[in-house]
Amino acid sequence: MSELFDLRFLADHAHYFLFIVLMMTGLYIVVDKTNLVKKIVGLNIFQVSVFMFYISIGKVSGGTAPILPMDDKFHVDTEAMAGIAYSNPLPHVLILTAIVVGIATTSLGLALIVRIREAFDTIDEEDITHIEQDMTREDNAKHGNAMGGMA
Amino acid sequence: MAVEPHTVEHTARTLMDHLPVLQVLIPFCTGPIIVFLGSRRLAWPLAFVASALSLIVSLMLLWQVKDGGYIAYTLGGWEPPLGIEYRIDAANAFVLMLISLIGTITLPYALISVADEIKRRDHTLFYACWMLCFTGLLGMVATADAFNVFVFLEISSLSTYVLVAMGADRDRRALTAAYDYLIMGTIGATFFVIGLGMIYMATGTLNMADIADRLADQGANRTVRSGFAFVIVGMGLKIAMFPLHLWLPKAYVFAPSAVTVFLAATATKAAIYVMLRFTFSVYRPEFTYATNTLEMIFLPLAVIAMFSASFVAAFQTNFKRMLAYSSVAQIGYILLGVAILNETGLTAGIVHLFNHGITKALMFMGVGAFVLRAGGSFYAQIAGLGRQMPLTGAALVIGGLSLIGVPGTAGFISKWYLVQAAFERAPDNPMYLAIAVSVVLSSLLAVVYVWRAFEAMYLMAPATDIRAKEAPLLMLVPMWVLAIACIWFGIDTDLIAGAAAQAAAGLFEGSQGMLEMKGAVH
Amino acid sequence: MDTTTAIFAAMLMPLVALGGNMAFAHRENLRDGLTFASALGTFGFVLVILCNVGNGTTEAVTLLTVFPGIDIAFNVEPLGLLFAIVASGLWILTHIYGVGYMRGNNEKHHARFFACFAVAISSVMGIAFSSNMFTLFLFYEILTVSTYPLVAHKGTPEAIRGARTYLAILIGTSIALQLTAVIWTFVLTGTLDFTQGGILAGKATGWVVPVLLGLYAFGIGKAALMPFHKWLPAAMVAPTPVSALLHAVAVVKAGVFTMLKVGVYIFGIDFLAQTGASEWLMWLAAYSIIAASVVAMYQDNLKKRLAYSTISQLSYITLGMALASSAGALGGGLHIAMHAMGKITLFMCAGAIYVRYHKTEISDMVGLGRAMPITFIAFLIGALSIIGLPPLGGSWPKFLLMIGALDSGYIIIIAVLALSSLLNVAYLIPIVARAFFLPAPEGQPNTYGEAPLLVWLPPALTAAGCVILFFYAGVLQDFLAPIVTTGGYDAQ
Repeated sequence: MSELFDLRFLADHAHYFLFIVLMMTGLYIVVDKTNLVKKIVGLNIFQVSVFMFYISIGKVSGGTAPILPMDDKFHVDTEAMAGIAYSNPLPHVLILTAIVVGIATTSLGLALIVRIREAFDTIDEEDITHIEQDMTREDNAKHGNAMGGMA
Repeated sequence: MAVEPHTVEHTARTLMDHLPVLQVLIPFCTGPIIVFLGSRRLAWPLAFVASALSLIVSLMLLWQVKDGGYIAYTLGGWEPPLGIEYRIDAANAFVLMLISLIGTITLPYALISVADEIKRRDHTLFYACWMLCFTGLLGMVATADAFNVFVFLEISSLSTYVLVAMGADRDRRALTAAYDYLIMGTIGATFFVIGLGMIYMATGTLNMADIADRLADQGANRTVRSGFAFVIVGMGLKIAMFPLHLWLPKAYVFAPSAVTVFLAATATKAAIYVMLRFTFSVYRPEFTYATNTLEMIFLPLAVIAMFSASFVAAFQTNFKRMLAYSSVAQIGYILLGVAILNETGLTAGIVHLFNHGITKALMFMGVGAFVLRAGGSFYAQIAGLGRQMPLTGAALVIGGLSLIGVPGTAGFISKWYLVQAAFERAPDNPMYLAIAVSVVLSSLLAVVYVWRAFEAMYLMAPATDIRAKEAPLLMLVPMWVLAIACIWFGIDTDLIAGAAAQAAAGLFEGSQGMLEMKGAVH
Repeated sequence: MDTTTAIFAAMLMPLVALGGNMAFAHRENLRDGLTFASALGTFGFVLVILCNVGNGTTEAVTLLTVFPGIDIAFNVEPLGLLFAIVASGLWILTHIYGVGYMRGNNEKHHARFFACFAVAISSVMGIAFSSNMFTLFLFYEILTVSTYPLVAHKGTPEAIRGARTYLAILIGTSIALQLTAVIWTFVLTGTLDFTQGGILAGKATGWVVPVLLGLYAFGIGKAALMPFHKWLPAAMVAPTPVSALLHAVAVVKAGVFTMLKVGVYIFGIDFLAQTGASEWLMWLAAYSIIAASVVAMYQDNLKKRLAYSTISQLSYITLGMALASSAGALGGGLHIAMHAMGKITLFMCAGAIYVRYHKTEISDMVGLGRAMPITFIAFLIGALSIIGLPPLGGSWPKFLLMIGALDSGYIIIIAVLALSSLLNVAYLIPIVARAFFLPAPEGQPNTYGEAPLLVWLPPALTAAGCVILFFYAGVLQDFLAPIVTTGGYDAQ
């Protein structure tokens, strides 16, 4: 129990807390906001938190940027490398991909919102829900209960 | 059985050695080509040729691995675990075959359906998106690299959102359906990435076999367990596992008919495959938390899904929506098979994956044909259409019977395996008797919802005096290919159950095999 | 012709009728003639099998293997052969009758009707010749699905409701209970082949045996064991030829036939006797016999009354199996043929009355005997056979069942059988008596006016059959004897 309140421990894991706070903020926005654009913003925050999570786990304590030292002939200078700790570059690379995916998702989401606004004349989820409920009722009035006494 | 890995040198010379990557590459290249050519006339033929080639490739792959063993392919010659590896064994060759089969069969159907439902100017983009979606699903299944799964998952998801939204030409609700799906799907995919991050933290690798290796060495800890939870929830959203299924009915109902056919038969199936891979190959059943998850979460959720979704389906007045809820229930059957945790159960799950794929594709195709002629899929709109369109109606009857699981149809075989699997576990745990009974009882609900559709098709008086014409040949042929398949695979189970049993055996011992294989690769 | 070919020919022949009806939907005479020819053909092939095999048992012929240990396979054994002879033979008469009925009654969709009929007969052949429980179950379900359109034939809300009940109970019980039982049996024994002396002996013990028997007994909904009997009265909305052949002969007999098969070849009579697992089933069957007879007495609709009578009579056969004695099983088997002949006569007569005078209620049939003497005499003979009076076929199975009850030591069952006969008298004979002896009410024809020839001739023939069967019962009994004589499970 005491470990939990260990300041050192908390400091070491600060980035996790940051990540969790961001993640929950993002998720909360997605769930709570009725404005479709704000939902996309929330989704972005949620995704960014994951990017940060990935980037933070690539850090090796005392490690430097993973750029290999070269000699004059542009070969890797293995002697100079000895004793240097490098951070792990792989998570960064992965996150580059994830960022691209995130941008694609955002732009697609925004494009959909433009279309939704054209079709429904609003980008508020509650208004849209009302309109859709009306449409469903209309459908049902027209077709739904027409089972001819056999339903 | 000695597993002799068939490794591919990066100096591989023959086309045959490149099959695993060609599987993904062919549709992947076709998508952009369609866009750049920009020709409406060429879009469909190109897409069809690419699908057919994919089907041939997948059959060749399945042929090579159907008796066990696997094909490892290193992308660009970069050795795993750093490089990306594609690894084809019986389990994913089977799913690849399902996806490319459905893709190839659905395209001829799509030609007319899409022309009817989507604006002409969007056709090229539609087929380009279709190809990308196809690529994503194939890639998710073929790859052995965990992060690569995420990338392909997103390729397929993003293009799926677009495809669903294309239904807006008929009904604007397709847009919100696509938007909802986008939000849910992205949350799911992001959860999946978080899970991967945790696994990477614990193991330092992303190659599935390598992860399995290192997990076996270091045992479980909290990071690994949380990673598993995130992966499962993330995939659960994609699978539409009850209660994460909320996006599914709306997306299926408002998407263009051809898209619904394709998605219903493939998208959830590919996600199920990924989940199986993670639970059985990456995490292995020996980890008690993996088995606990299956027994204590999947099992009850699957049973609830079977009953509640079937129950909801029984009250629908729209054929398409009924089928969508039925899909949620049927996914319950697949997950139940997996959660029973014996080889027969896993076989049942994989067999049902295929059988439900072809059955549901057939059903949605039939409904699509009705939509083409009647303009909608409410029971009142399709009233009496079964008599006016006898060939479509008969195909739908076959599909419906298979959905119920009447003997002589594909659906029966999966139910048989499922009940048998439950009985096999009954001696040590009587609860499984109840599971067996719940399978048969819930299929009675399927009788109810399927029969309501049948009565609408055959016994209700038509809504209009205009006699509907039979569906066009290009729609009928795919429908009847699937209808015959539904009966064929209900009688001759050699191919499907055989391959599924091999896949199940592979998955069950999978991790062991992977350990050995690891040694062979390095 | 070798037996294997004949088996497949007998199953495929009805499908010729299916094809004919689909191809020539609008050419009445050609279509109906073709169906008649295929009915004759089916019966012919069954007779070929009879000549080849007699009352022997043949090796199973595997059509294909569905999965390891489970084949679609066929063989010939006495019980199945008897069932096939009865069903295919009566199909010929019913077809003649059906043509007369459908035309005389101006029913619609003849082609669909006869096509579904043919599929039903084909699946009955499949049931009769199946050599394992899986094959039987397959054809059992095809039979259910193919008869659904026949029940819903009229398309009226009443017909659709009836058809729903029909389907709900038959599919419901078979999938929920029977399928469970079949798979359970497979998991326990690793086989589903019908084996002389049963396959469960030594594989199932304790509570499993009665539970499994219960799953089978209720799961075979076609046997109409109470409380799953409601589908049979509901199915009476179908045109009368359907009620006559399917719901007095083919479908219900498929049910009790399955019941006997399960009792004799899955459980084994000796195994049942030894474990006493079937005792509860015997009491339930006895209850069904009495209760259904009592309900029948209160039905005014003639077809409904006959339906309840069928429920009661079917339980005789279930009882025969549950008695777990050789005589009981033999009596059950014999009753399949005897009851078929009697009940089809009654139904055809009911249809004849409907075609000619459109009467369905018994209270409206007062004094009708003078107008339709042949019909009512045929009805009387059929009724007497059902009651079990000599010299009519129906008397023998009752006699055998009583011996079976004695063998098993249940004297009270004899009383049940006797009481049931009295109840049969009470609900069947007054129909005939009131038709002949009470004066016809105002406005009702009092002079001779029979139904068309095609409608009155078949019941007259089957009524004659009831008499003939009395004298050939011994032959039938010898024919069936092998199903119980050779070995119990101890012998294996």
